[in-house]
Amino acid sequence: MTALVARLRRNPLLAYGLLAVLLLLLPFLVGAGLGRGWVRVLDFVLLYSMLALGLNIVVGYAGLLDLGYIAFYALGAYLFAWLSSPHFGIHLPFWLVLPTGAALAGLFGVLLGAPTLRLRGDYLAIVTLGFGEIIRIFMNNLDAPINVTNGPQGINLIDPIRIAGLSLGQTTQLAGITFSPPHLYYYFFLAMTLATVFVALRLQDSRIGRAWAAIREDEVAAAAMGINTRNIKLLAFAMGAMFGGLAGGLFAAFQGFISPESFNLMESIMILCMIVLGGMGNVPGVLLGAFLLTVLPEALRYVGDWQRAVLGNVVVDPNDLRMLLFGLAMVMMMLYRPAGLIPSRQRRREFDADDGVAEQEQASLYDAGA
Amino acid sequence: MSLLRVKGLKVHYGGIQAVRGIDFEVGEGELVCLIGANGAGKSSTLKGLMGMVQCSGQVTFGGTRLSNLATHAIAARGLSLVPEGRGIFGRLTVAENLDIGAYTRRERAYVRADLERMYGLFPRLAERRSQLAGTLSGGEQQMLAMARAMMARPRLLLLDEPSMGLAPLMVQKIYQTVADIASEGVAILLVEQNAHLALHTSQRGYVMESGSIVLSGPSQALANDPGVKAAYLGE
Repeated sequence: MTALVARLRRNPLLAYGLLAVLLLLLPFLVGAGLGRGWVRVLDFVLLYSMLALGLNIVVGYAGLLDLGYIAFYALGAYLFAWLSSPHFGIHLPFWLVLPTGAALAGLFGVLLGAPTLRLRGDYLAIVTLGFGEIIRIFMNNLDAPINVTNGPQGINLIDPIRIAGLSLGQTTQLAGITFSPPHLYYYFFLAMTLATVFVALRLQDSRIGRAWAAIREDEVAAAAMGINTRNIKLLAFAMGAMFGGLAGGLFAAFQGFISPESFNLMESIMILCMIVLGGMGNVPGVLLGAFLLTVLPEALRYVGDWQRAVLGNVVVDPNDLRMLLFGLAMVMMMLYRPAGLIPSRQRRREFDADDGVAEQEQASLYDAGA
Repeated sequence: MSLLRVKGLKVHYGGIQAVRGIDFEVGEGELVCLIGANGAGKSSTLKGLMGMVQCSGQVTFGGTRLSNLATHAIAARGLSLVPEGRGIFGRLTVAENLDIGAYTRRERAYVRADLERMYGLFPRLAERRSQLAGTLSGGEQQMLAMARAMMARPRLLLLDEPSMGLAPLMVQKIYQTVADIASEGVAILLVEQNAHLALHTSQRGYVMESGSIVLSGPSQALANDPGVKAAYLGE
């Protein structure tokens, strides 16, 4: 095993090749080993990865705490439903609707960002939280006088994604292999996720990424360096929102049904937790966080079955247990790995440095003479 | 033709007027100091110049009006502030701090050359280039703040209390660097409480008292002025 790891370290091409094969075979391995339902979970892992990467731009890169992020997911999902379902009788192709949804979400990102430019930390969190709720309540109530959102019933029969005549919503035989809809969506989501990972990584190392880091550290000093803090902050809101809008459109097509219920505050908090748990500002960490927080709640559903098998009846509702274990896990994380499971280079140094700062300050008393 | 010309600059914080309409100038390549006691309005003057606080009056820099421009636009025109308390990006490395200093510049090759020049000017920063800026000592942070400001290739460098909170030997080092930068032809407006140091480094000076300029002239003359001696030099 260690020999293999060493070999992979020396040969990144081989490592990426193995990873690619694993990712391509994953839905079949998971489907065979754990059952069909888990392929759907994999699809959600990818959806949440995109969402978490988007929120990571706002929170991790630019340091702007956004508790209403799910609103952009909702906007993307509803736009897809409006332009691609019997609700309005419009059936536009996905390659037109997805970018439009991302653009609409981006526009709302700017609309949310503009009045909150002067706010930071707690104040920003409260305003964004309100924004998220406003969007959800609008979706709940915009069924009269004109039925725009169909209220709490949601919108049904949303078109699946069709690529060159192939509907991802239908079981298909390709080269003798049977692909169910979750399998087909898996590959489509995988491609989209890889694209967002690429964009997120490039942004981090770009001039804009450095400007975000500067604003996160000290906004006044950043402006004095010639950084247009207003535009760069709005850009963070817009970019993050676009990722959310894109994921929302994919979610609508995948589910075929959306309702305001899917876009509540708990979802926003969950996505934030993915970032914090995995490692804020760090792409691999964020991906790990999205994976764990999507898979663990599903896995904990089995706890009910075990209770029934061992004790004869369900003593603790798995749903309650899930939240309990989840809370416990977050507390443990904050105590033992506050920078996240895979912290970014900066966060790691920062937490390591905390121990070193006292020493440094001691040394500085003498360094004038050095 | 002076590089910076300020006429009737006023700065208020709510109802409190910190700067009460002052006039001053900084010539091309000149080292000018602005001295005064705590709360005289020196830092507010610098913040007003950078557009960081509400202010009124006429500020012309290299022939163009700066009034009503946003901070980043003022910085892009060649004013670089080393703020009081340094304002370094503590959780970024020394190298990243310097890189952000050159944010407004696009010519990467020249920026890289300037980076090496800064490391030459401040060898301590070169040794610590991959260290977090927040873990540097106070003096090193001051060096970093100055080097970062210089990375923008400013035409006018605004220094706010560079000696604050530093050991005497470190203050000497910092002031040596101020003189070095000035000798390269960069104009400097130096704000200091340490009047002795400021008057011995600069060519011209202004004395501020409760928001107004009460005295100005060649630094040598100010240093010999009986009023200045009594109030600021403790002689």
